[in-house]
Amino acid sequence: MTTNLAAQINGVLAALILLTAFGLLAQRRIYGMLHLFALQGLFLSVSTAIVGYTAGLHHLYVSAVLTLILKVFVLPYILYALVHKLHIRKEVEDLVNIPTTMLIGIALVIFSYHLTAPVRELSTLITKSTLAVALSTVMLGFLVMITRKKAVTQIIGFLALENGLFFAATSATYGMPLVVELGVALDILIAAFIFGLFFFQIRTTFDSLDLKEMEKLKEED
Amino acid sequence: MTMPSPMALAVYSVVILLIMAISALVFKSRQGFLVNAVFAFSSLACVMALTAGFQAVSNGAVETLILPIGLPDLPFYLRIDALSGFFIAIIGLLGLFVSIYSLGYVRGFVGQRSITSLAVFYPLFMAGMILVVISDDAYFFMIAWELMAVSSFFLVCFEDESGANRRAAFIYLLIAHIGAVMILLSFGLMAGFASGFENFKGYTFSAMRGAHISPGWASAAFLLAFFGFAAKAGVVPLHVWLPEAHPAAPSNVSALMSGVMLKTALYGIIRLTFDILTVSQWWWGGIVLVLGLISAVTGILYAIMQVDLKRALAYSSVENVGIILISIGLSMIFTAHKMHELASLALIAGLYHSLNHAMFKGLLFMGAGAILHATHERNMERMGGLIHKLPWTATLFLIGCLSISAMPPFNGFVSEWLTFQAFLLSPALPNPILKLLFPLGAALLALTAALSARCFVKVYSVTFLGRWRGEHPCAAREVNWPMKAGMCLCAASCLLLGVFPTAVIGWADMAPLILIGAKISVSAKTFGWLWLTPVSSVRASYSAPVIFIGITAVVAAAYAVFHSRRSSKTALTRAPVWGCGFEKLTNRMQYNSTSFAMPLRRIFGFLMMIKESVTPQDANAHGAFQRKFVYRLMINDRVWYLLYKPFSKAAFWCARKAGFMQHGRIQIYLLYSFITLIVLLVFA
Repeated sequence: MTTNLAAQINGVLAALILLTAFGLLAQRRIYGMLHLFALQGLFLSVSTAIVGYTAGLHHLYVSAVLTLILKVFVLPYILYALVHKLHIRKEVEDLVNIPTTMLIGIALVIFSYHLTAPVRELSTLITKSTLAVALSTVMLGFLVMITRKKAVTQIIGFLALENGLFFAATSATYGMPLVVELGVALDILIAAFIFGLFFFQIRTTFDSLDLKEMEKLKEED
Repeated sequence: MTMPSPMALAVYSVVILLIMAISALVFKSRQGFLVNAVFAFSSLACVMALTAGFQAVSNGAVETLILPIGLPDLPFYLRIDALSGFFIAIIGLLGLFVSIYSLGYVRGFVGQRSITSLAVFYPLFMAGMILVVISDDAYFFMIAWELMAVSSFFLVCFEDESGANRRAAFIYLLIAHIGAVMILLSFGLMAGFASGFENFKGYTFSAMRGAHISPGWASAAFLLAFFGFAAKAGVVPLHVWLPEAHPAAPSNVSALMSGVMLKTALYGIIRLTFDILTVSQWWWGGIVLVLGLISAVTGILYAIMQVDLKRALAYSSVENVGIILISIGLSMIFTAHKMHELASLALIAGLYHSLNHAMFKGLLFMGAGAILHATHERNMERMGGLIHKLPWTATLFLIGCLSISAMPPFNGFVSEWLTFQAFLLSPALPNPILKLLFPLGAALLALTAALSARCFVKVYSVTFLGRWRGEHPCAAREVNWPMKAGMCLCAASCLLLGVFPTAVIGWADMAPLILIGAKISVSAKTFGWLWLTPVSSVRASYSAPVIFIGITAVVAAAYAVFHSRRSSKTALTRAPVWGCGFEKLTNRMQYNSTSFAMPLRRIFGFLMMIKESVTPQDANAHGAFQRKFVYRLMINDRVWYLLYKPFSKAAFWCARKAGFMQHGRIQIYLLYSFITLIVLLVFA
């Protein structure tokens, strides 16, 4: 596989990741969001493996496998089990309507491309063009968290944001050191467990997973 | 079998203490056993620490150890020299006495409340203090410092059902942490200069010693560290936690906090200024001296005003820390002027007073604990006549009072006398302004000494003499033997430290020798062990043994005279106390704590915030025909209103103003961070 081809494939994968990020913004069903998230993880994992192969960095394989296990199988499964257990049937509710959210998302992507232009000029890595996509994935993840009402969707948004960070690390510097990546993977896993606990706690306290209920926690003047 | 080295002994004692803290958690279901085990083993650990400290000072060798634990590439450095040895000896000595005392004291809690937290945090607290004085790098020092602060926080809020105790513990934790941040910043400065702001290698004290710090930055580091340690030592105006926390803590803990923990802060000041930074500017010593004087005078004045026994003792700790700081400040000024002999005299005075204060304040707090144990009362206005109910405690408490009031032949006299000698030798200084100002300082120190005697006359007479003032008849019983034993040992060391000052100075002289490079034991012992002549015999000399023998002889003669003539007309007869031949007197008509303090309240009232009111109980009756008047007196610390209230008010004001940003909606909060991110990305 030539470098050029690798860059091409990587570009396609980046486009798919961006697409799934937009998918998360547009999707109204929770199960649909989970599938999209798993897909995003899969693209991320493949992309990491390809970068690792072309750059000859073997520790990236470990990252790829970790990503595959954690983000494609384990985390979606945990969230799936949670949603099932908590009987969350309702569609995703959003604060801002979806077309507006998509427009904001597009603006964010353009902003990211503008922002990473100087890096693209300087970088010599094959992944240089995907940095903008990584940054937009981070921002879109953030946007998911801001525009959704339910706690579960916030978590998906957060995990998507983390995907974007991971992708940014691979595309900007061929990944972080293995120790750091292992640590981050562990953190994400533990975070998922803690989120699970919190869901139960929030539901038993407020009888709902709607974050609006948490406004009651505010101190009265 | 050879004796293990001081370092090994110190490390073993810390290990024993840590094991005790962990096993206290395991055996928490057997409370009675827990008391015996924890305090017996703590006593053992203290004996080891005491031996380690004693040896380290007497052989004067420097011993180091590198523990390969901690963060990667940042191992813990330990070091024992004469200075740390001296403070380990203080910790071990008072720790031993207090641990023995606790065997009896803590048993009083069993059955009333769970003592598990006391049994866990007491050994941790001791271990923290030992580690503070043997650590040799900033990182380990801060860990030990925090261990000490946090475990003592939990000890202060041991009786946490009372809101006042929780508040006291919170104030303590807050001020301790403000202090810790300042110390950390100071270490950061020195470590930065030591490594040239390149890496983390400057975190050891040995690297800091070799650092070349410009005078300005050295002063900044000194000021940060000094105020950081001063917050822990209870120097005015950072003392407000002290009179709150010491009464709240159980008495054995107050004894340790006041007797030893404050000393670790003084250790920090000495270590930093004499050893690591090396004194270069004389005004550093000036600041220490002035704050010491202010602490000494205000501390004792507030102590006189208190009606709570433990609060009075706490304020008197402020005073004693002030006296020690006076000596340290003098020593710094002398060192900056290259007058090494005088500097070491002043330093020895400070160190000696640290040791003495640990002994007598430990004894007094243990005595206060014994009174609390027997009467469940802390307010002196409701005590009196306890000398009949608690003869042992009364005698031992009297020894503590005599020592703290600097009465020969007890130990308080020797160290305060040495401080005076250092003051009186200041005309040798080349600086004319200092020459003029120093007599003023000496006068203030003399005032402090006199006031402190007055304070303890009041404490002792109101508590032990006269008649019982409480509403119910006094049901106090003498305390159990471990408490008596702890106090007896403490009282004995008060006497021994007072009678054999030359031996103590000869032993402790190693500390100024390694810090300043001069020692005073040569001149101090020119006339043999019997006479203490700190500078020369022409100037001043004091023979504690002779005075001790003299006093004993006079007392014995007086006793013999009065008790041998029991049958004759001058024999002693026992009559009701304060009887005065008048029958309608009640116990409430006695001279009490408030009335005793009244003259000084009139003279020095401007230093305090006093609210005094007399209201007739029956508003309709004429003023001259009232059956009862209600007298109210509130004495508050002025510092609290001048320094702390504005801060807390400002903090609450800012919090209220910032409160409008708080909506309780998570999306809005996320939006805040999102906008921050975008703004940073655009402008960075």
